[in-house]
Amino acid sequence: MSAWLDRLTQGLSRTREQLGGQLNVLLGRGPDVDEAFWSDLEDALIGADMGVTAVTEMVERLRDAAKRQALPDARAVLRHLAAEIAGELRLPDAADFIEASPSTVLVVGINGTGKTTTVGKLAKAAADAGRSVLIGSADTFRAAAVEQLHIWADRAGVPIVESERGTDPASVAFDAVRQAKANGTDLLLVDTAGRLHTSKDLMAELSKVKRIVERESDAPVRTLLVMDATTGQNGLTQAREFDSAVGIDAIALTKLDGTAKGGIAVAVVRDLGVPILRIGVGEGADDLKPFDPEEFAAALVGLE
Amino acid sequence: MFQNLTDRLQSVFSRLTGRGKLSEADVDAAMREVRMALLEADVNFKVVKEFIAKVRERAVGADVMASLTPGQMVVKIVLEELTALMGGNEARLALSGRVPNVIMLVGLQGAGKTTAVAKLANLLRKQGKRPLMVACDVYRPAAIDQLEALGRELDIPVYRGEGTDAVAIARAGVRDAIDRLRDLVIVDTAGRLHVDEEMMAEAAAIKAAIKPEQVLMVVDAMTGQDAVNAAAAFAERVDFDGVIISKLDGDARGGAALSIRAVTGKPVFFASVGEKTDNLEVFRPDGMARRILGMGDVVSLIEKAQEAFDEDTAVEAEQRLRAGSFTLDDFLGQLRQIKKMGSLKDIMAMIPGANKLPKDAEVDESALTRTEAIIQSMTARERAKPSVINGSRRERIAAGAGVTVYDVNQMLKQFAQAQKMVKQMGAQQGKRRRRGMGMPGMPF
Repeated sequence: MSAWLDRLTQGLSRTREQLGGQLNVLLGRGPDVDEAFWSDLEDALIGADMGVTAVTEMVERLRDAAKRQALPDARAVLRHLAAEIAGELRLPDAADFIEASPSTVLVVGINGTGKTTTVGKLAKAAADAGRSVLIGSADTFRAAAVEQLHIWADRAGVPIVESERGTDPASVAFDAVRQAKANGTDLLLVDTAGRLHTSKDLMAELSKVKRIVERESDAPVRTLLVMDATTGQNGLTQAREFDSAVGIDAIALTKLDGTAKGGIAVAVVRDLGVPILRIGVGEGADDLKPFDPEEFAAALVGLE
Repeated sequence: MFQNLTDRLQSVFSRLTGRGKLSEADVDAAMREVRMALLEADVNFKVVKEFIAKVRERAVGADVMASLTPGQMVVKIVLEELTALMGGNEARLALSGRVPNVIMLVGLQGAGKTTAVAKLANLLRKQGKRPLMVACDVYRPAAIDQLEALGRELDIPVYRGEGTDAVAIARAGVRDAIDRLRDLVIVDTAGRLHVDEEMMAEAAAIKAAIKPEQVLMVVDAMTGQDAVNAAAAFAERVDFDGVIISKLDGDARGGAALSIRAVTGKPVFFASVGEKTDNLEVFRPDGMARRILGMGDVVSLIEKAQEAFDEDTAVEAEQRLRAGSFTLDDFLGQLRQIKKMGSLKDIMAMIPGANKLPKDAEVDESALTRTEAIIQSMTARERAKPSVINGSRRERIAAGAGVTVYDVNQMLKQFAQAQKMVKQMGAQQGKRRRRGMGMPGMPF
């Protein structure tokens, strides 16, 4: 079992017991696949933020499969389900553009999902791997966002292009791209201000940043949506709105080290057809991991 | 806010109301859809189960079935149960006679604690408090700078301590408030995961050290089913007194707002409904339930208006209006006050019946801004006397505001109409001066 799952399990054991962790109940209650099992499974999946409509369909299909394939017990049913979900999350032509050189990555998302932290961790990982990295700090709205990113840049030992709070984010992005071009930078990470997807003005501002970056950059430009694993059903609307404003190429799913399962990410992958590239499982600089569909699906349905 | 949920519930209820008789099967069918709507709005599944059972039990009761308007009875039951779910009565901060009073904010990372500290300080200052904000987030890079920047913006002092001992900083912050003669301390703490033993222990230690009158948990309105897990863990380890819901603007489904009270028994005190530092409103369960069911929330609307409208300016505007000298400058002033009330969409949601407007009647939020820009592109003389605005002035104004001449014409026409209308209203009302609302003579 991987290290992060270990940590996760450790951290969770107490809270799980307290809260009657619904998913473990499914296995704890014995191998029988009866009506109570199906009903508990439905609750558990809804509790994992998979969405009630999707869950209803999923459980329906699973009942069929269990009958047809004569799945012997609860564990077999959950394994079947995990495999199905992992299959949906594994996109065959999903290249990891963060690892490509040269590459320009625009990091977007709503407020408080962990964009700045994600940029910091990505910069550190790339710099540690010996790549040349530049950070563009286009979050000119939130108080002290630039300072926060500056500290991350220092930790990673990479240069940063920044400007005063309140300046046009597109102009910072412009400067960053110019500098990346001049220096032959491998990876340019552009952090943007968190914004609610319902704010038309701010979404238009983001489109402008993307347009400028695309116009100026010689390197391929990709957009990474940072999503908080605790997000509920609203996450799908978020992803769609960001996709229509700037086009989303991949997702980073943060804060998976709590009790949240991040089930909404499955709906987003299904809907937008873009992969999850990274998951955030802790506060340390190394706690941003590559995404593994099998591990994620197993955790989602409570198989560990 | 709650828009999805409102739409779904209304379509369910529109099929129930207006019928003379309801069978148990009708109620069951409606309850199934209410269940789906609540789950899609991220209300916790256990809470949904209990809620549905309660409503169903009451809805199939004899008095509903015997009623001439059983559908409306069911809607009434849902309204009552929704209100009860969110705590029934409006909860108030329990402050004491001690000086200074201390309020401590806790929550997960990214919930919006630091912003909430500033918004709360701003709100309580309006109520006559002299707040000091204490920055105890020693972990997130630049979190302290963020609070300081917000403090500068609001002109509210911030205590930033030395070192990395959050407990010591909190304690020193409270002492600092005494030295500076502040009567309220609001303590910002680091975001922490509810499963992080060490960090939860730190929160408990800060609480033990400064003995706050109130501990508030900040919860992101976008949170899904996990909101109640986090809240339950915080309730056990830190025992908070109530909740601030953040990011309840936009199209957040607000399930967390509906679930937390039910699971932890802790009330929701405030909801943050915008990015600006004055976008924090008192959470009223009854008003929220009414908004969710599309019935409007007049109490909150009036409160918002009272807060945004300055009585003196309004009275002055009214007098000028009566004297027939209501200028574009006055108009601009009133527009700005409306903008201060929040987004037009949210204001609309508080007006009973406004949800019955056709769906495609999109509220154009930018119209206000456009009008503002047009007036700002005018000279003082033009604002005082719009009749001088000829063709070439119109072109100049349009260019200055980044709009077309057509927009300028429209705006001037609307202003003239508003002026005329209000003059008539003024004449009708005569000496019957209204009191209280402080917003007489609104130009629309």
